[in-house]
Amino acid sequence: MKNNSPAERLYNGIVKENPTFVLVLGMCPTLAVTTSAVNGLGMGLTTMVVLAFSNLVISALRRVIPDKVRIPAFIVIVASMVTMIQLLLQGFLPALYDALGIYIPLIVVNCIILGRAESYASKNPAIPSLFDGIGMGLGFSLALTCIGAVREVLGAGELFGFRVMPASYVPFSIFVMAPGAFFVLAFLTAAQNRIKRNGEKKGKDMSKIQSGCLEDCTACGVSGCCGHAFYGDSGKKEG
Amino acid sequence: MSELRNVSSNPHIRDRITTSRIMLTVVAALLVPACFGIYNFGFRALVLILISVASCVLTEAVYEILMKKPLTVGDFSAVVTGLLLALNLPVSVPFWIPVVGGVFAILVVKLLFGGLGQNFVNPALAARCFLLISFTSIMTNFDCDAYTGATPLASLKAGEGVDVMRMILGRTAGTIGETSVIAVAAGACILILAGVIDLRVPGSYLISFSVFVLLFAALSGRSVGGSYLSAQLAGGGLMLGAFFMATDYVTRPVTKKGQYVYGLFLGFMTAVFRVFGASAEGVSYAILLGNLLVPLMEKFTMPRAFGKGGERS
Repeated sequence: MKNNSPAERLYNGIVKENPTFVLVLGMCPTLAVTTSAVNGLGMGLTTMVVLAFSNLVISALRRVIPDKVRIPAFIVIVASMVTMIQLLLQGFLPALYDALGIYIPLIVVNCIILGRAESYASKNPAIPSLFDGIGMGLGFSLALTCIGAVREVLGAGELFGFRVMPASYVPFSIFVMAPGAFFVLAFLTAAQNRIKRNGEKKGKDMSKIQSGCLEDCTACGVSGCCGHAFYGDSGKKEG
Repeated sequence: MSELRNVSSNPHIRDRITTSRIMLTVVAALLVPACFGIYNFGFRALVLILISVASCVLTEAVYEILMKKPLTVGDFSAVVTGLLLALNLPVSVPFWIPVVGGVFAILVVKLLFGGLGQNFVNPALAARCFLLISFTSIMTNFDCDAYTGATPLASLKAGEGVDVMRMILGRTAGTIGETSVIAVAAGACILILAGVIDLRVPGSYLISFSVFVLLFAALSGRSVGGSYLSAQLAGGGLMLGAFFMATDYVTRPVTKKGQYVYGLFLGFMTAVFRVFGASAEGVSYAILLGNLLVPLMEKFTMPRAFGKGGERS
C-alpha cells in the first residue's frame, strides 16, 4: 500500500496503530461508556465524525494557523465540531445522547483527536488527513464495540440489546461496572499481543502490527501524551 | 533455569521451613473453622469447601500445564486460597459460585501477576469481593436450613439487640467460616504456636478497630458500651480476616513498623465501613484497600541497613 493513500490510512488506524489497543489513548471514554456494545459503537462513531472533520479542517488550515498558538486553534476547531455533533445527537438520537452523557463534550479533550491533529493533520494534506481521521475513528469504534460487547454479554447476558445467553445465566454485574472495563480492556489487549507473538513465532512478518509502546519516543506521534518521555525512557534510544 | 535467583551475599539463615510446610500449617489451622462451619451449616458446607479447593488447585494446574510453566500446586497455596474463599461464602450459594471465585482468585489475581509472591492483593479476598459485587443478592443471602433472618452484624446495625454468647460460640447466620470466634481463635492459636504468624498485624488491627468503632459509633449518636464492642468484635469476618487474611505474607508489609501501620489502617477502615457504610460488613474491603497501600507503607517504614546510617536524606 502506498504511504498516505486512503487505504493505507484506514489500515493504519484500524489495525497498525489502533488508538485503543496499540496506542492506549482515549482511555477515559473507553473505560467509562463501554457498558454495552451500542454505547461503545455510538461513542466510537461520534468520535470518528469529530475526528474526521477536525482533521480535515485542521489540515486545510495548517498553513494559516500560526505555530505558536496551534494547540488553542486546534481546540477551537475540535470544540466547534463537538458542539455540532452534540446538538445533532440531542436532536436526533436522544437515547444515545443520554447514555453517553458528559462524555460527548469531553470528546474535545480526547487524546486521540489532539494527538492526530498534532502528529498527522497539521503536517499532511487534507484528503489523507480525512482518511486518517476515519481510520482512527473506525479503529476506536471497533475497539469500543468489542469491549462493550464483551462487557454486555458477560454483565447482562445480552448483545446489542438481544438476549444471547441462556435464561439460566446469572449475569456478572461487575462487568458493567467500572472494574469490568479494566478487566476486559486488559484481556483484549493481551489477546492482541498474543496473536502478534504467535504470528512472529510462525515466521510471519508481523512488524506491520505494532503492539504497545515501542519505547522509541522520537518516532512516536503521541509521546507528549504518555509517561515514557517524562520518565526519561527515551533517553536510552536517543543517546 | 536455576531455582536460586537473586541470592544476596552471606550470611544466610538456614531453616527447615519451606513454603509448603507453612501452607500446610495454615491449612491445618483453617480446618478448625472449616470443621465448625460444616458442623454448624451441614453437609452442603463441606461440598462447597471441596468444590472451592478443587477449582483453585485445578485452575493453577491447568494454567501452568497450558503455559508450560513449572507446576506449583505442590506448595499448597492454592489449597489455602480455596479454603479461605469457601469460608467466606454463605452456605446457600449455588455450586458454581466457588468455581467462578476460585478461577478468578487463582487465574486473574494470582497467576496473571506472576504467581505466589507476586499477587498484590489477597486472592481469596479479591475473589470474594468480585463475587459480592457481581452477585450481590446471592452472596448476601444468609438464609439456610439452620438459620433465617439477618446476620448479627446487620441486626446490630439496625439497632437491635444481639446475643453475644451465641456469636462467640458461632451458632449464628453468616459465611461458612466466620461465625465462630472460638473456632477461628483455635485455628489462630495453631498458627501463632507454630510460629507462622505473630500478633503484630492482628493485634494492632483489633485494638485500632475497637478504638475507632467506639469513637465513630459514639460520634454517630449511638449508645455504646462493652456489649456493643464485643458484638462488633465477635461479629462478621473480623476475626477470620484479622488472623488469616490480613496476615498473608505476600500482601502485608514486610517491615515491622509497616505491619503496625497496616493493622492500624485496617482497623480504621473497617470501623469506617461498619459504622458509616451502607453494608454492615467491611472487613474484606478494608483489607483489600490495605493491600493496595502496602508498597507505600513499606517505602516509609523501611529500616536503614547497618552501616548506611548517619545521614538523613
